Parts: sequence; C-alpha cells; structure tokens
Amino acid sequence: MSNDWIEVGKIDDIPRKGARVVRTGEGDIAVFRTADDRIFALRDKCPHKGGPLSQGIVHDTKVACPLHDWKIQLDTGEAVAPDEGCAATFPVKLEGQTIYLSAKPAEGCPNG
Amino acid sequence: MKEKLVVIGNGMAGIRTVEELLKVAPDAYDITVFGDEPYGNYNRIMLSPVLAGEKTIDEIMLNDEQWYADNGITLHKGKKVVKIDRVRRRVIAEDGTEAEYDRLLIATGSRPFILPIPGKDLDGVVSFRDIHDVDSMIAAAKQGKHAVVIGGGLLGLEAANGLMQQGMSVTVVHIMDILMERQLDRPAAEMLRKNLEERGMNFLMPAETEAIVGKDRVEKVRFKDGTELYADLVVMAVGIRPNIELAKEAGIHCERGIVVNDTLQTFDPRIYAVGECVQHRGVTYGLVAPLFEMAKVCANHLAQYGIGRYEGTVTSTKLKVTGIDLFSAGDFLGDDNTEELVFQDASRGVYRKLVVQDNRIKGAVMYGDTIDGSWYFDLMRDGTDISEMREHILFGQAHLGDSGHGEQNRVAAMPDDAEICGCNGVCKGDIVKAITEKKLFTLEDVRAHTKASSSCGSCTGLVEALLAHVVGGDYSTAPHLKPLCGCTDKTHDEVREQIRRQELKDIPAVMQALDWKTPDGCPKCRTALNYYLLCEWPGEYQDDSQSRFINERAHANIQKDGTYSVIPRMWGGGTSPKELMKIAEVAEKYGVKYVHVTGGQRIGLYGLKKEQLPHIWKDLEEAGFVSGHAYGKALRTVKTCVGKEWCRFGTQDSTHLGIEMEKLTWGSWTPHKFKMAASGCPRNCAEATIKDLGVVCVDSGYEIHVGGNGGVKVRATDFLVHAKTEEEVLEYVAAFMQLYRENAHYLERTAPWIERVGLAWVKEQIVEDEARRKALAERFREAQKYAQQDPWKEMAENEAKRVEFEPLKVVAS
Repeated sequence: MSNDWIEVGKIDDIPRKGARVVRTGEGDIAVFRTADDRIFALRDKCPHKGGPLSQGIVHDTKVACPLHDWKIQLDTGEAVAPDEGCAATFPVKLEGQTIYLSAKPAEGCPNG
Repeated sequence: MKEKLVVIGNGMAGIRTVEELLKVAPDAYDITVFGDEPYGNYNRIMLSPVLAGEKTIDEIMLNDEQWYADNGITLHKGKKVVKIDRVRRRVIAEDGTEAEYDRLLIATGSRPFILPIPGKDLDGVVSFRDIHDVDSMIAAAKQGKHAVVIGGGLLGLEAANGLMQQGMSVTVVHIMDILMERQLDRPAAEMLRKNLEERGMNFLMPAETEAIVGKDRVEKVRFKDGTELYADLVVMAVGIRPNIELAKEAGIHCERGIVVNDTLQTFDPRIYAVGECVQHRGVTYGLVAPLFEMAKVCANHLAQYGIGRYEGTVTSTKLKVTGIDLFSAGDFLGDDNTEELVFQDASRGVYRKLVVQDNRIKGAVMYGDTIDGSWYFDLMRDGTDISEMREHILFGQAHLGDSGHGEQNRVAAMPDDAEICGCNGVCKGDIVKAITEKKLFTLEDVRAHTKASSSCGSCTGLVEALLAHVVGGDYSTAPHLKPLCGCTDKTHDEVREQIRRQELKDIPAVMQALDWKTPDGCPKCRTALNYYLLCEWPGEYQDDSQSRFINERAHANIQKDGTYSVIPRMWGGGTSPKELMKIAEVAEKYGVKYVHVTGGQRIGLYGLKKEQLPHIWKDLEEAGFVSGHAYGKALRTVKTCVGKEWCRFGTQDSTHLGIEMEKLTWGSWTPHKFKMAASGCPRNCAEATIKDLGVVCVDSGYEIHVGGNGGVKVRATDFLVHAKTEEEVLEYVAAFMQLYRENAHYLERTAPWIERVGLAWVKEQIVEDEARRKALAERFREAQKYAQQDPWKEMAENEAKRVEFEPLKVVAS
C-alpha cells in the first residue's frame, strides 16, 4: 500500500518533548517530537475517554494523556499495561528538516 | 553477550528481586534460579491460612512455571545448591547441575530452629516453614488427636490455630509468661491468651521442654518440672535461623546472617544476598516488608542504577488468625524517656497503646480493633508531630474531625459493592478481586490495575487498609521512605537538598547528577523538578514548559471535551460594570459556550478552542485583566466579604486587605494550589477557616489561620497568630507562602503538609523567630519580581509562543 505523503512542517515547528496538531477532515492527528528528535504521529484521541494526546506530557517514547494520565506508546499507539486500548498510528517520516505525514492510519486500531 | 545472574533460592525474596530487576532492566541478564522445593514460587506468609483450611496451595502460588518460561528464566526446581565456587564463579547443585555466574544472588532464607533435645528427630515432630510441613501437619491431624506446639510467638500461635481448625486439641507451650513477647506488652498478651483460650486453645507457660518421648513416633512431651503431656504431633516454632552455611563455606563473611551492606552486597561484591538469610546493620528480619524493600534496592544495583540504598526497615506485625486482630510496631515497650497513651476497654476486648517521645510515635500495640494500625504506623514512620491530635488520637483516624470520612475505616466489614474510590467508581469487590487474581502487593500495583486511589487520593488509606486486609498481616503498605516517583529512589526532600547543594540548575542536570533511571523522566517527576528548580533559582531558572501539565502550559484549564476555560482575575472578588461589560463582550465575540460564577468569586468562560486562547487573552489584557491562574499550582483567589465598608457587623476593611493580599501574591507558583480569604468579622462569610491561609478580622486586629482545606478532605485551619496591622498580615502571608513553597513536597496541599511537619514547627519558623520570618518574606518578594509577569500578556505578545496554540497544518480532505 502506498502512502500519500503530505508535507506538514519543519521539525523545529514542534518543541522537543512536545506535539502539534494536524487537522484533517477525518479528525485531528497529533505529531510528536521526542527529546532525541524522533517523530511519531497518533490519532489525537486517547482510547480511554478521547482526551487530546497532543496536549499531554511527552517522556521517552510515551505520552501521558492530559485527562486521566493514561500512558500511550508513541511508536505502537498501545496503552501502557495494565491499561488496555490503542490510538491509531500514522506513517510519518523526516526528510532533512521536513516532516511528511500520511493521513491514512495504520491498520489494527479501532480508533483509526 | 549478556551477563549471567544466578539466584540461589526460589522464595519470596529472591523472586521479588528478579521481578524488580525485570521491571527496570528486562534484558540485562541471563537468569538462572535454583530452588530446593519442588514448586514454583509461593507466598510463604499465607501458609497459615492454608493450614487453617482457609486457602489452598494453588491460591498462594505467586509465579507458576510458565512465568519463568515467559521471562526466559531457567528454573532448577527441587535442586539444592551445595557449593559456591567463587574462583571459577560457578554454583554446583546436589545432583551435579552447575551454573556459571557473573553476579550471584543468595536468597536462601531461613529455617526453623529445632531445640537440641532428646526425641527431636522422632516421627511426628515437625516445624512450620514450607508446604511440606503444612502437608505433614494436615496428615497428622487426620490421624491423631493431641498436638503440642512449642513456642508462643507469631508462628507458633498461627500453627496452633491452624491445627485447631483441622480438628486437633492443641496445647501451646511457651518458655515465657507473655505470649508474643517480641510484639506485645503484657496487657495485650493477656487479652490474646484469654481470647484464644475461649476458642479452646490450651496454654502451658512458663514451661521449658526437656524431652520428646516415644519409641518410633512421638508419644509425650516432658518438661523440666517433670510434668508430661500426651502428643500425637509436636510442632517446633521457637524461632528461625538464617541459612548461612552455603555462604559460610564459600568464605563469605557471616555473623548471625550473611553480612550485607546498604546495596545488599556481601563481602564479595559480585555476590548479593537478600531476605531472611541476611544481616544488615546488625539486624536480621523475618517479615515480608523488609524483604520487598531489599529486593528493590538489590534489583536497582544489579541493573547498575547504583543510587538506591537500603537503610533498614521499621516493621509492623499482625497475627494471621481469623477473628483476632492485633497489631504491633516499633518500640512498643518504651523506656524512661517515653510516655504512654493507653486506651483499654476490657469488656469490648479493645486495647491500644502508643509509645510517644517528643510528641512523635515510637511504637504501638493494638488489640481487638486494629483498623487504625496502618495509620499509626504511617505517623510513626513519617515522624509526624501528633501534639495537635493527642486528645483524640487513641480513638482513631475516624475521630479526627474529617467530616465525610468517618466511616472509612470499616473496610473489612464493608460489602463487596461498597464504593471505595469515588473518582473512578471502584468498589471493594473489584479491588479484592484484582489483589487476589493479579497477586498484587503494593498500593502502586492496585492503582495501576484498578485505578482506585489514583485520582484525588482521598481513599488511599482505605485502599491500603484493604490491601493489608487481603494480602495478610505482616505486610507493610509502603516503603520506608517514599521515592519521588518510579524514575528515582530519591525522596522529594533528598532531591531538593541536592538541587540546592550541588547547585543544579536545570532538569537534565538534576537527572544526571542523581542517576535518574529513565531518559527524560515521567510526568510526575518532570513537573515536580520544574517546580523545585523554579522555587530554588528565581529569575535564573528557565521554566521548561514541556515539563508542565497542559493547564499550566496553555494557561487555561483543559475540559473533558478538550476545550478550555478562561478565568480572569478579579481582585478580592470585586468587579465593576465596565469590567462585566467587557467580559460579556468578549464572551459573545468568541462564542463562549457557558459562563459560570466560580467558587472563588470570579467569572469563568467555558468551551474555548485552544487556538482561540491567545486572541481572547489579548482582548482581556487590553481591558486591564490578568490571568486568574485558575489552572495552576499557584495562588488562586483571595475570597473576601464586603467588610466594614458596607457590612454593619464588619470590624476591618477585609475587602481592601484581600486585594492587597492578592496583589502581593498573584503569579507565584506553589507546590499545589493555594487559596486565601479575608473575612470582615468572626461570622466569617468568606469561609476563611477552610483556606490555605485565611484572615478573620476582629475588633483588635487580624487573626491569621493556616492549613485549611474545603476539598476532598475537609480540614479547618489552625490558628497561627494575631496581627495588629495590615502590613503585619502581609508579612505573615509572604513568609507563610515562602515556607510552604520551600518546604512542602510538590502536589502536597498545606493541610497535609502542616499535619506532617506540625503546626509547632511552622510557628517556630515564622511566629517565634522574627528574623527568619522577615528573611522568608524577603525571599518571597524577591521571587515575585520574576513571577508577576502576566502570562496572558506574554503569550499575546510573543509570536513564537503563540504559534504553538495553532494547528501545525490544516489538511483539506
């Protein structure tokens, strides 16, 4: 399956250990930047009660949902055990300083 | 290649260490475990209920063999290690199995002490230590009638109770005239004896056993005074001895136990030891709580996070005999320097004694009703000043005037559908089920699995009580000193101390200097560190907005649907038609969904999108408003009544005072939210006596009250001091806030903080010591120079900061 890459911005548009939102017709996508400059993208909706993950505290490769502090893995979208659930992941890549995102979620997660 | 870790001993201490190690460094070692019992790992402290027929072996298994396989651990069960070859770094088992190690963990536990008397090896003489002993006792109970238990300590009484449940007639023989003399004083011991006698247990004490008599099997027990007792079964429960022979033969230094240092290393630094086999700072332990603490420190050291230190454990004890509640902790006998608080109600069978020194609990003995045991234990461990609660302390936590929680301690008697955690809707039955099915041991485990007590925390005591009730007696609820979070072993106080002493000026520096275990912390520690650094280095520390919770980062409160609320400051609760019109205009302009008059005397605008925030702030800021900090761990509001300017009862101008207090303190960051009030007379319409700091005006001046809370647990303030002038009030406000800012733990409200440090100490700092008060107030004013920047204005003016409120990109679909 081919990805339709969309240019969404530069890496420095997102603060380290932070996130920004890409707004799409199908809902918001949170794009994260970790302390070591890795980029991840998740549906901006916590599997618990739909909290905006983009507003959470990013630590290591996890984000803590701002509503009830569920921890979500940025790479897999899975909730950290013992919580269960997942946020859909989106393909994302960095070319030089530019971030490209595909608005098609990876399969396997109900909130894609 | 991975290093090899070999564990000798498949008991609770060894496996707990492995579990802790897997948690922090899952891939650090190839792990091999030797155990001489033919089982997986089981919960030894639950053997008593098994003997009493209240639980089955299956129910007390902790890790089945699948667990070892799942975690890639090689388990040699039923193989006793007979030699440690330290030169070739190998351990050798009885059947010749060998394993090589880079690091070795000895967790061989202890064994029952067998009295060296004639007849000790006869059939029918057993100890009470493992599943095998329990099996043979249950078998003996099927055939014989009379059992003699030698030893009137914890283990002996639990064995005797179990045998009675199995249908035997039981006599307990004890060398002293006090039962459980290592845990109980005489009154409690006598109540216990009476209670057990009523249940049909017999006692022979003081009595010294001379011999066990019989041909092949035990027939009688003979005592020094010549008397004899018939016995079909004799249980020796006179104490335990650490298993040190293996270590000793390998040339490792042992005294009563294997001697270890604060990182649980033996004299051979490649070899660690944990559990009942060790001797640490001269002490050996036979309870489970210390084992768990050791396991944690040892695992950290094995994972090369070498900063955790084991500094010994204050232990508490309960007896696992259904229907008998006793609790003992610390120094329960006392000495010339201590005093005793005693409550005794013989007909109800209740006895409580607290040993107190300098208004701090040193030890406790309780009998009959032990529901407050864990509370006393916490007060003792934390060294809490109890002078304020001395009058009521013996009646228990429920009588401390915390309205709304009076029944909280009846946890054992609660029905399964009783709600324990109101925030997350968790019932007693859910928690009990999680504890038993998921084999949970700690408060953290219960929080993670059930969410109980993970939000507001007001039910923490209940959950801990429930945990102790389900898991069993001698388990202690929390480590000796609570680390700041899972990323470190350091406590809040230790972290602050090091920030100061090593002059650490940003979060990475703190994490590096204090050996943080995670690359960039977690929400718990990052927010705490950001605050501590801000407090310690005002004007110098660069606030890390990514280490702040979203509300403080966005200067607005996130709501359940992801929108935000905006609350401008209204000084002292006062406003004007002009201000109200401006708020109305802004609310309409931005399509605010809901307008609410808040509890803090101001107006909240709800339902705003994040990207609207900088714009609405700009409009408000231009009209003269500043942020109300309704979202922050910061000064919130100063509530006032209209005072003598309007009210016929008013004694002072409380409104003016309230505004001055707010002008002085707005913008300051605090460990938790901080609310104030000023009432114009003792009728106290501004509810000043449930605020963090409240002023009640009286004819002669101003009464200053501190440490109140109207939130999850209502607490009325303590009276701090009487002030004569407004200037004096303001100095106390500044000094008190600074003391709280510098001393309290992050996310600790003033109410629990004052209960922890004691009102007497607070008075010492700011009432009795004028110089110190002035210095504190001065430091507060200095910090305020940098803190009193309106964040709304800053955001509205700063393009770079504002951009973060916008979407990164909008993609048309």
